[in-house]
Amino acid sequence: MLQELLYGLAGLAVFVIGLRGALLHDNWLLRLLSLNVCGAGVFITFVAIAYRGLTLPADPVPHALVLTGIVVAVSAMAMALALGRRLRSYDD
Amino acid sequence: MMINDAIVWLIAIPLLASLLSLVFPKKGTAIAIAGSILGLLASVALVYQVYQSGPITHELGGWKDGLGIVLRVDAMSALFIVMTMLVVTMVGFYASAYFTDAHKKAQFWPLWLMMVVALIALLASGDLFNLYVTLELLGLSAVGLTALSDNRAAVQAAIRYLGIGLLGSLVFLMGVALIYTAYGVLDLAMLATVVEAEPAAQLALALMTAGLLIKSALFPMHFWLPAAHANAPAPVSAALSALVVKVSVYLIIRLWFDVFSPVLQPTASFMLGVLGALAVVWGSWQALRAERLKLMAAYSTVAQLGYLFIFIPLVMAFPVGEERNTALAAFLLLALTHAFAKSALFLSSGVVLQRAGHDRIAELGGTARALPLTIFVIALAGVALIGLPPSGSFLGKWYLISSAVQTGQWWWIVVIAMGSLLAAGYMFRILGHAFGPDESIGKVMAKGSEEIPALILALTATVVLGFGSAWMWDFVNLASPLAGN
Repeated sequence: MLQELLYGLAGLAVFVIGLRGALLHDNWLLRLLSLNVCGAGVFITFVAIAYRGLTLPADPVPHALVLTGIVVAVSAMAMALALGRRLRSYDD
Repeated sequence: MMINDAIVWLIAIPLLASLLSLVFPKKGTAIAIAGSILGLLASVALVYQVYQSGPITHELGGWKDGLGIVLRVDAMSALFIVMTMLVVTMVGFYASAYFTDAHKKAQFWPLWLMMVVALIALLASGDLFNLYVTLELLGLSAVGLTALSDNRAAVQAAIRYLGIGLLGSLVFLMGVALIYTAYGVLDLAMLATVVEAEPAAQLALALMTAGLLIKSALFPMHFWLPAAHANAPAPVSAALSALVVKVSVYLIIRLWFDVFSPVLQPTASFMLGVLGALAVVWGSWQALRAERLKLMAAYSTVAQLGYLFIFIPLVMAFPVGEERNTALAAFLLLALTHAFAKSALFLSSGVVLQRAGHDRIAELGGTARALPLTIFVIALAGVALIGLPPSGSFLGKWYLISSAVQTGQWWWIVVIAMGSLLAAGYMFRILGHAFGPDESIGKVMAKGSEEIPALILALTATVVLGFGSAWMWDFVNLASPLAGN
């Protein structure tokens, strides 16, 4: 129980750190990196809440959700980087 | 039966069309138009089905008890779906004439149809995680469409839009994680039966609402909207303003009143109402000061979304039952009217922009002579945005005012009156310039395929919804979960 709580709270902490960066940075690249950190926080929380004690196997639902979430986050980030390159090409 | 699976077809057809238009880029326009028309017919069948037999639940693939994906449609989602399909079909006709470059068309259709899939799937989703996935799908396709305008400002707006969208989704997802920790369910109907007024549920609702507020651009989170909506290509701006922001508002209403009703606090709903009121005043004021037609239309969206949020404290004030359903029907009427009027306005702005080569309001002199039908459509859209009779928003605002009196919340009336006055100001300013004597815009011709879809949308907002919306009040009463069905 304590372990689950620790992991969950760590996830929340990472989420808040990422959120702070995403809101405060002016540079779009830093903002994207912060969003990645923020996303990692959400995913850690999901992994932590799947824990159901030593006797039971982990709850598969949050794990399935995390996988979907990671796929979405990766594709969004790829798109952001592609747009960033487009933006650079206008400046050159 | 085909007709009983209308909701499945509504998602499958645009999805298939999107993939086909990617594989056969040269046939993209034909595929998209055919897909949109089929989808529009299916959405009418869906409304008929819900009208006849009440809210529907469809378990995809027959997986029971929350194992598979559940689709649910009630009066509110059915009306939003038919609105989406009508706007998408009309804007699709317009877009087939707007984009002249074959390469641009090949990029446009797959993204456009994917946006339609995301919109419909979001409106029909019955559980929290699918809502997150469809929100992301919608955000990504909308960003791709915004970036289709090949200029620096549009790409910059697209990156900002993407960042904001991701932020909103992640905050929403954190709320979903909390809900799963506390209750172990994601299905909306099951959640509604177990949720209680406790800190975990309150925090989760606060997080999900915050994520959705960013996406629905409620004041003061509206800062990203004008740039994104004003710089996107005209058909995209129309869909972004009319549909994409509106489904987030839909989702807030759905979560607040159908799922989390035991958790709600009057203070929180009052806060949302106040932000809505500020959005009405600030958005209308900025629209009045805007120098460009599309920027004015984008600020007007900020203002019009504000009215929808003023409904929240008013709906809260009514007990569950017929009175609350009537308030909800008025909300729907205002949302639908805005969708049709704003898409018509953006399409007409696109025609002006393409023919005159600019959309600076002060230099629009002579446009009324060169493009009479387009200016007529702008005037019709103005009737609906101001809320003059016989538009649907006249009825919606009328109801908004009378329920403010009924529940003793008179201060909203001041805001509504101010917003309508400012809206009259910004619409008449355009018409004043358009009827001006200058000859800055020469002899030009607009294609019927561009002006007629805009005209149909504007007429739907003013005449059809004004005179033909009586059945909507019964419909919401008969087929909404709030009615206890």
